[in-house]
Amino acid sequence: MLQVSLYRYNPETDDAPFMQDFAVETGGRDLMVLDVLELIKAEHDGSVTYRRSCREGVCGSDGLNMNGKNGLACITPLSDTVKHGRLVIRPLPGLPVIRDLVVDMSLFYAQYEKIQPYLQNPTPAPTIERLQSPEERAQLDGLYECILCACCSTSCPSFWWNPDRFVGPAGLLQAYRFLADSRDTATEDRLSKLEDPFSVFRCHGIQNCVNVCPKGLNPTKAIGHIRTMLLNRAT
Amino acid sequence: MRTISFDGVIIGGGGAGMRAALQLAQSGYKTAVISKVFPTRSHTVSAQGGITCAIASADPQDDWRWHMYDTVKGSDYIGDQDAIEYMCSVGPEAIFELEHMGLPFSRTDEGRIYQRPFGGQSKNFGEGGQAARTCAAADRTGHALLHTLYQNNIKNETVFFNEWFAADLVKNQDGAVVGVIAICIETGETVYVKSKATVFATGGAGRIYASTTNAHINTGDGMGMALRAGVPAQDMEMWQFHPTGIYGAGTLVTEGCRGEGGYLINKDGERFMERYAPNAKDLAGRDVVARSMVLEILEGRGCGPNGDHVKLKLDHLGEEVLESRLPGICELSRTFAHVDPVKEPIPVVPTCHYMMGGIPTNVHGQALTVDAGGDDAVIPGLYACGEVACVSVHGANRLGGNSLLDLVVFGRASGLFIEKSLREGIELRDASQTDIEAAGDRLNALNERESGEQVAPLRHELQEIMQNHFGVFRTGEFMREGIKKLADLRERVENVALADRSSAFNTSRIECLELQNLFETAEATAIVAEARDESRGAHAREDFTERDDENWLCHSLYFSENKKVAKRGVNFTPNTVETFQPKARSY
Repeated sequence: MLQVSLYRYNPETDDAPFMQDFAVETGGRDLMVLDVLELIKAEHDGSVTYRRSCREGVCGSDGLNMNGKNGLACITPLSDTVKHGRLVIRPLPGLPVIRDLVVDMSLFYAQYEKIQPYLQNPTPAPTIERLQSPEERAQLDGLYECILCACCSTSCPSFWWNPDRFVGPAGLLQAYRFLADSRDTATEDRLSKLEDPFSVFRCHGIQNCVNVCPKGLNPTKAIGHIRTMLLNRAT
Repeated sequence: MRTISFDGVIIGGGGAGMRAALQLAQSGYKTAVISKVFPTRSHTVSAQGGITCAIASADPQDDWRWHMYDTVKGSDYIGDQDAIEYMCSVGPEAIFELEHMGLPFSRTDEGRIYQRPFGGQSKNFGEGGQAARTCAAADRTGHALLHTLYQNNIKNETVFFNEWFAADLVKNQDGAVVGVIAICIETGETVYVKSKATVFATGGAGRIYASTTNAHINTGDGMGMALRAGVPAQDMEMWQFHPTGIYGAGTLVTEGCRGEGGYLINKDGERFMERYAPNAKDLAGRDVVARSMVLEILEGRGCGPNGDHVKLKLDHLGEEVLESRLPGICELSRTFAHVDPVKEPIPVVPTCHYMMGGIPTNVHGQALTVDAGGDDAVIPGLYACGEVACVSVHGANRLGGNSLLDLVVFGRASGLFIEKSLREGIELRDASQTDIEAAGDRLNALNERESGEQVAPLRHELQEIMQNHFGVFRTGEFMREGIKKLADLRERVENVALADRSSAFNTSRIECLELQNLFETAEATAIVAEARDESRGAHAREDFTERDDENWLCHSLYFSENKKVAKRGVNFTPNTVETFQPKARSY
């Protein structure tokens, strides 16, 4: 029997959030945390609310805080997170809670949109693809794979403090994804939009983002590259 | 109820929907996407191996006509040849557009897009050996595609209604579709979204089966809405079982694994596909490989203590190839099969993957029905593209890598056609208050119902019926038993009760509405599967083991109001090439 403690909050009926306990029969299986949530919703309480879609770690819907650490519920096995037979599940920290485990991600998405996350190249495109060498393409590895789950940005104290002004690790990872793309010509414009004291420089290298990224990506390293580009540009 | 008006509204924020939306938004028309999840959570994100298209990178001589030949053959000759011709010939332009938008394709040494071999591919109309025609971004092509499309929709300021759920179609007095009733999941508000063009891009419905590679969200919402509105469904018996779903978990392992040189083995370590498909071996059509696997298992050569799966061997490819070409597979295998493919084979089993059938459309995405004389008739205002549509480019069996091409090409084509129609002027009578209220009936009934069964056990029951009675191999008697079970289930599903009556982010309400969509899709599948008494493509009957071109070289059409099955002709008249005549299909 697994003891699961869930963060509950329904804005229509609850004055304040509370923790609710469920005893879940796992049959000794090493289920994923998402499977446990599905069990609770199907067999204990149909009003338990969370997001989920692909259930294989590629869509980024089910970023949650499990026993104190952010991650994706669908690819986090109980054996990786349960301590002393107990699992505490909370919404991603730092964002407004809509209901139970569902957070309002508007600020997170706004930071993503702010970095103009699309290729910019005004030169006329050839009739086939733009050529790019395997080495140039390799510069995008570790960047383009981001699934926008927000595990990183919501584990970042700088983002908690300035979610409206600090782009945050997810947004900056994508900012660098376009700066690093040999096909993109907007480098100057992109850098000038990032050179204020907040957008990039609020990163203090705490590396929580790196520790929690379910895709094994390294936003801190990407931020380091952006800093270098900004500093080189200034001198 | 509030009314919101657009020139074009697209239901679904996956690849097809966002490609259609992008086309319309670029044309300056007021365009909205209604998506029940944030768009990058759509199931296109899970596509792995790639997008098949004759861009002549791997082979400078490659020809879209060869791709067309493979696709017609793969369809077991009930793919429409005009639609396949359109897809294969327009494909390269659509792929290059994606690249120009920024899609991070893998590259060759020449700097071109990397292409890998996939199943059912040939050069020179089947005479020139295996082709390598599937354009790839490592094994995360769907992710790269979906994010690129979302990014370009941001750039073009498409309006997104994210986490809104379309419940039912609104039709006017002339039978034209003039929008949908949609619910804002966060607040529970219901609105009438009015539109001159309503595009269904709602994806598949793999969740009608207990074991599927599909996401939780693939619940056939477009099929449900269409069938309830009297729109027919085409070729619903044709469901693809992907050969390599991870045993137990159901998660997909790309065909690209076999394209890169992996192969399937039975418990004796034998590469058994050499016996079933001596030429193409592990790269035969998916239907052929899936059936061969089931036969191996049935004949006692399956792996594991229960002998109920086979294995996919990849370790001989070496760590470097696996980590560079198939990094996502390595990750999925370690997570869901607890197996490191660098060292040992992955346990796999055929798993429900793709709905070849759907809403019949022409190449412009216009939804079709038949008139009193039995001829095709356009349903004014309604369009469909992607998996929910049946153009039909996949016929009885889809080739790997053709789903992404389908959704890009026909998402784009729908957008182009709607843009042209809007320019010429679309005049549809406004829906009356009664029309709008009628569309809200199902939702209101659910909201008001005081008692009934819960959604999860009903869904489980439905999925078990489909899994057991309508799987890889099918027999008439067993299917009729399944149809009876479904008939008994219908009323219970219609009377499903809410476990939660809140307005705020009520996922219980959405799951009930989804269950009813799943049910409509499942019942259509069941009734048509029983009616098609032959074996063709993915539809394999144990009691009718041969293909019957005399009676069944045609589409099936299903009409929900009387549960009748009709036949519809296949197009055999492409515009620029000779007809590909049906012949025996071997690999």
